[in-house]
Amino acid sequence: MDFKFSEREELLRKSIREYAEKEITPRMEAMEETGEFPVDLLKSMGQMGILGVITPPEYGGTGLGHLARIIVLEELGRVCPAIPMALQVHHMCTYVFNRWGNESQKKKYLPRLCAGETMGVVAVTEPSGGSDVAGMQTTAVLDGDKYILNGRKCFITNAHHSDTWVVIARTGEGGKGLSAFVVETSFPGAKVGRKEHKVGLRGANTGELSFNNCEVPKENLIGSEGQGMMVAIQDIVECGRPGMASVALGILNGVLEQAAKFANERTLYGKSISKLQGIQWPLADIYSDLEIARLLTYRVGWMIDQNIECATESALAKQFACEAAARSARKAIEIHGSYGIMKEYPVQRLLRDALVAIPAGGTAEIAKLVMARQALTMFG
Amino acid sequence: MRTIVCIKPVPDPKHWNRLALDPKTKTLIRKGIPGTINPLDKHALELALSLRDKQGGEVLVMSMAPPDSGPVLNEALAMGADRAILLSDIAFAGADTLATAYVLSAGLDKLGEFDLVVCGDQTIDGGTAQVSAQVGEFLGVPNVMHVTAVDVTSSGSWLIHSQIEHGYVVVEIKPPMMLSVLKEVNEPRYVTLMNILEAEKKETRVWSSNDLELEEPWIGLNGSPTCMVDLFVPEKKNKAEFLAGEPREQAAKLADRLHRSGFC
Repeated sequence: MDFKFSEREELLRKSIREYAEKEITPRMEAMEETGEFPVDLLKSMGQMGILGVITPPEYGGTGLGHLARIIVLEELGRVCPAIPMALQVHHMCTYVFNRWGNESQKKKYLPRLCAGETMGVVAVTEPSGGSDVAGMQTTAVLDGDKYILNGRKCFITNAHHSDTWVVIARTGEGGKGLSAFVVETSFPGAKVGRKEHKVGLRGANTGELSFNNCEVPKENLIGSEGQGMMVAIQDIVECGRPGMASVALGILNGVLEQAAKFANERTLYGKSISKLQGIQWPLADIYSDLEIARLLTYRVGWMIDQNIECATESALAKQFACEAAARSARKAIEIHGSYGIMKEYPVQRLLRDALVAIPAGGTAEIAKLVMARQALTMFG
Repeated sequence: MRTIVCIKPVPDPKHWNRLALDPKTKTLIRKGIPGTINPLDKHALELALSLRDKQGGEVLVMSMAPPDSGPVLNEALAMGADRAILLSDIAFAGADTLATAYVLSAGLDKLGEFDLVVCGDQTIDGGTAQVSAQVGEFLGVPNVMHVTAVDVTSSGSWLIHSQIEHGYVVVEIKPPMMLSVLKEVNEPRYVTLMNILEAEKKETRVWSSNDLELEEPWIGLNGSPTCMVDLFVPEKKNKAEFLAGEPREQAAKLADRLHRSGFC
């Protein structure tokens, strides 16, 4: 078992860290205030290869894979977790094209997504809920050479900065009656709706999409009719959950850094508070949470690259890392005392970010269901 | 155009809090501290790459460093250098700036003709700012330090902007030349994911003392006239003194204190 990152992966981490510190740090205040993703960075992210990290070179990507993707997202998230939140959904969109798109769809959409000409969207969740995928109500009815879509999608990341949406809609009954489509903003009846105002991960746009007799060309069906559930689930398992776990890794990195720095700098009773065991215990907890979350998340990236089935491991990584980020951020706030709840100190933002990460990309409860099923099967 | 960039692996500043001095040997304990390209050398490499982007040609990186310096050279290749030469031999160990410059110039001699040799003005570990001038002397080419801009004119001569105290000078030179740059010269490009993959296809050659024309008394510790008297970590003192009184009185007290301390 080799836990050492390769020279390539180390250089990748270093280059993304440099990029994030120089390019993203100066934009964070505006992101926090406006709730807007810095779209002006998309071009340079495309040039860096960040957007096409899991897309093969023939479609404009680098094809470095899922372990590399986690490194990229963790390093971006170390500086600003909202960035990997937006990009992990962007990757989910490219993943769908890479895995189920036909040649013409890949050639049409992937180079633009990898170059940062637009952001990617995957629209599954509806106002009736996101966990009950089989119960979704958005319909797609074949009418000649077009599908007519009707319905509404909510909590959609990147909705306002994308012209390429992967949309799951109902073409038949039950779970096997779902299909995936690529919908362009310009299609008649496609509309971007309200913008959400989240408490955390504010720099990642979240909004609503609506389809009112939206005309989607028949050739925009991804895969075949009835594959929508598989597309959605596989995308969540191999991209969405590891992506959210990576966002959480970014948060945890930030939490540990802020907590340790504050502990080293703050003096009370005539000495540094870092000497107090009451400060060292929670610091050790944060450190453990980061290291465990790292091992779980990187294992999933490696498994995907090796084509090993990882639904349970992916659920575990996501659930553990996101909850670890929230509890660690709270501990970091406690280490800070009253400073922790002041806006000048980043720990309060990190807690807000972590709280948003918990339900995003599949709730903790659904992830636990996956793990429980696995546990019961092992001894059933 | 052929440019050779001399780079030095240095301990990554992000890990300097873990650096320590060996009390006996007075050397840095680098174990576990990742290396990186000396920051100003990155600006030198960027200058070489941007000249190549405009004029065409080849950019090589050269470093005299321990054999485990591959990742640092690889980073230079991933930034865009065409190939790398590592000058590495136990015989080079303990070299001061003169012995380093001597070995580097031997490596440069072996590479043959060039238009430009460039490096950072100084390194963040040694900080002597001597190597570039010494290499320039060994090579017998014009040498300009503290470079902040380079303009290649249509006549073939280059206008080199060099920072001096309270201003700058512009020097007109025809290649070949040796330059050392300040950070103001440019903003180094990022290492892209595509270039990380490209770098894996590029060549890094390792040359030992046997591959170079060297005279033994000039290399390594024997070839180093510099004698280190002492090296120590300054004691950390958190001592604050508050000056009482109205602002005018406080200013007068401060000025007096500074004067008595020899600062002004």
